[in-house]
Amino acid sequence: MEKTNANEVDPIVQTRLETLVARHAQRLGAMLPILHEIQAEYGFIPSPAISVVAHALNVSRAEVYGVITFYADFRTEPPGRSIIQVCRGEACQAKGGCELEAYAKRSLGIDFHQTTPDHAVTLEPVFCLGNCACSPSVRVGEEVYGRVDAATFDELVAEAKANTEQKAPAADAALGARS
Amino acid sequence: MSLKVYVPCDTTAVSVGADRVAKMIATQAATIGHHITLVRNGSRGMFWLEPLVEVETEGGRIAYGPVTTRDVESLFAADFLHGGQHALCLGPTTEIPYLKNQERLTFERVGVIDPLSLDDYQTHGGWIGLQKALALSATEIVAEVKGSGLRGRGGAAFPTGIKWQTVLDTSADQKYIVCNADEGDSGTFADRMLMEGDPYCLIEGIVIAGLAVGATVGYIYLRSEYPRCWTTLNEAIRRCEAAGWLGPNIADSGRSFHLEVRLGAGAYICGEETALLESLEGKRGEVRAKPPLPAHVGLFGKPTVVNNVITLACIPLILARGGKYYHDYGQGRSRGTLTLQLSGNIQRPGLIEKAFGLTLRELLYEFGGGSASGRPLRAVQAGGPLGAYVPTHDFDLPLDYEAFAQRGAMIGHGGIVAFDESVDMRRMARFAMEFCAEESCGKCTPCRIGSVRGVEVIDRIEQGQNREANLVLLESLCETMQHGSLCAMGGMTPFPVQSALKHFPEDFER
Ligand SMILES: Cc1cc2nc3c(=O)[nH]c(=O)nc-3n(C[C@H](O)[C@H](O)[C@H](O)COP(=O)(O)O)c2cc1C
Ligand code: SF4
Ligand code: FES
Repeated sequence: MEKTNANEVDPIVQTRLETLVARHAQRLGAMLPILHEIQAEYGFIPSPAISVVAHALNVSRAEVYGVITFYADFRTEPPGRSIIQVCRGEACQAKGGCELEAYAKRSLGIDFHQTTPDHAVTLEPVFCLGNCACSPSVRVGEEVYGRVDAATFDELVAEAKANTEQKAPAADAALGARS
Repeated sequence: MSLKVYVPCDTTAVSVGADRVAKMIATQAATIGHHITLVRNGSRGMFWLEPLVEVETEGGRIAYGPVTTRDVESLFAADFLHGGQHALCLGPTTEIPYLKNQERLTFERVGVIDPLSLDDYQTHGGWIGLQKALALSATEIVAEVKGSGLRGRGGAAFPTGIKWQTVLDTSADQKYIVCNADEGDSGTFADRMLMEGDPYCLIEGIVIAGLAVGATVGYIYLRSEYPRCWTTLNEAIRRCEAAGWLGPNIADSGRSFHLEVRLGAGAYICGEETALLESLEGKRGEVRAKPPLPAHVGLFGKPTVVNNVITLACIPLILARGGKYYHDYGQGRSRGTLTLQLSGNIQRPGLIEKAFGLTLRELLYEFGGGSASGRPLRAVQAGGPLGAYVPTHDFDLPLDYEAFAQRGAMIGHGGIVAFDESVDMRRMARFAMEFCAEESCGKCTPCRIGSVRGVEVIDRIEQGQNREANLVLLESLCETMQHGSLCAMGGMTPFPVQSALKHFPEDFER
């Protein structure tokens, strides 16, 4: 990857960000829809986005940054190819959620908020998926899984890895822009 | 004639394999040349039976469950398409005692209809409430809601009619309806089930709220943990706009209403109504001081109704059948039905809609069938992560706002999480503090710092350091949080902690 100067943003990324932002900029309370849109595209909020959003919404960069850091969903670093969330809510705890959480960390060899060295999986905690009646629950991408035990967890990880193996490493251009 | 087969598209049904079962049924039917119509309904809320497959027969719908892909072939062999006998056959769905013994008003259609079919909605009583509302004055609509005795189902149980009256009485060039679909409480899923299983009911309720207070724009603030609701709601809105139930000229009345779904971003505190409004405005979800009330100064500074999903979903029926009809259910000052969500260590978890007044014991044993593990139940947490732990000797408590409040507990959004005797109440108390530390908006010190201290103090108790002194410290920390916090996040986190200390002191002595 070519080294880019900290202040220099890849023009392609810049243009793309402006397009994404323009889709929502005229809406009332556009900040969250914009950030969701950017994250859906890149998997995280690349740093050049902060200026683009601030400019479009006529707020300070500090304010945009403040919003990004307030919400658990928004990330400023690229995640692994799959994001796996393990529920920590009480209904899951009542059915072995803590053991599942420990197993997830042990089997992946990482803690919450970390990514496996091969960039395959990022592990996140979540406080309830509304799936409490079939706890313990896990979410992989957009899918929720219930009654998950260690064996099912292994299957989910294997499946997630198989599904994303072909996928190109997330948003190269944006990664470059981040450096 | 084409046979109708129902396999739920509800998140929880799918989380245990409903999609795979649906696909396999479709494939099998095609292979043997049976023409079937596969309907993806919402869930009936009997989750231990999911995936629950139903077939329509002359004698009504027959249920089979829990069905796995391995069962599909034998179901066909048993001619389940015509209600044939099979080990998984549960008989007529509505005769299953769990369902039969409920009083389903708000959830009348959930699990019955195809959620996105406007035809289904209409033939099952949809839009009658809205049609009636269109013929009434704003004051008359509000009077009907007041007469129903409906109180907010989001947690605070504030009378809905009074909230609406306040917004109606506040004049402004623009007013808003905000639907709180943040459903952050662990152990709750009624909002999700309704949005996935009967989205038009929520939309109808929101439009009626708009007519009642003079608001023409609404937002549904949906938590990002509910991707299926996002898809379903957006599609439902699109279809309503196309059919004239939303937009510039609702049902040819000349009245307008514009509705949008907005996605949260993983912050529990954004379920608190003022933090929610901040978030909708595009800011950090920090709690606002009250007054002013959102009813006076709400979204973008305008008068705003903020109501929970279930509260709004009660409205169409109240308008269709009258406030009195709804008021006739329930007891004391808790009128109508409560949508209870039973989960945790319980044999039969699910959604139970029942008039107020059912006891916890009836809920846990008659509906729930006791613990899933077979070991005795030890406690339930009622009302989400800020709710108290209720010990077995309080299980005769009737589910009623006032009765619960008297015992220092709350019904909140109706989530009841059961624990068997293996639960470590010290660990649960620690979790309550940890959750608060994680999710505090950071605005006030007792909540932000107090919760972190709380975790540390409980850890010291666990390690046996100055146990007595630390127990006293924990109590006083709870007091400080309870009285020195701006909102219920810091103010009520002490409830689970104090109830654990009070009812299960032995867990803090080990
Ligand atoms: C910390 C906290 C979290 C809350 N979370 C929710 C929620 O997820 N959903 C909800 O409807 N109400 C929630 N509430 C209650 C709302 O502030 C508000 O009372 C409710 O949305 C009003 O609607 P209702 O009158 O229809 O219940 C929460 C309150 C607090 C203090
Ligand atoms: S009590 Fe906690 S969540 Fe509520 S306003 Fe204070 S810091 Fe924020
Ligand atoms: S508590 Fe885990 S899904 Fe609700």
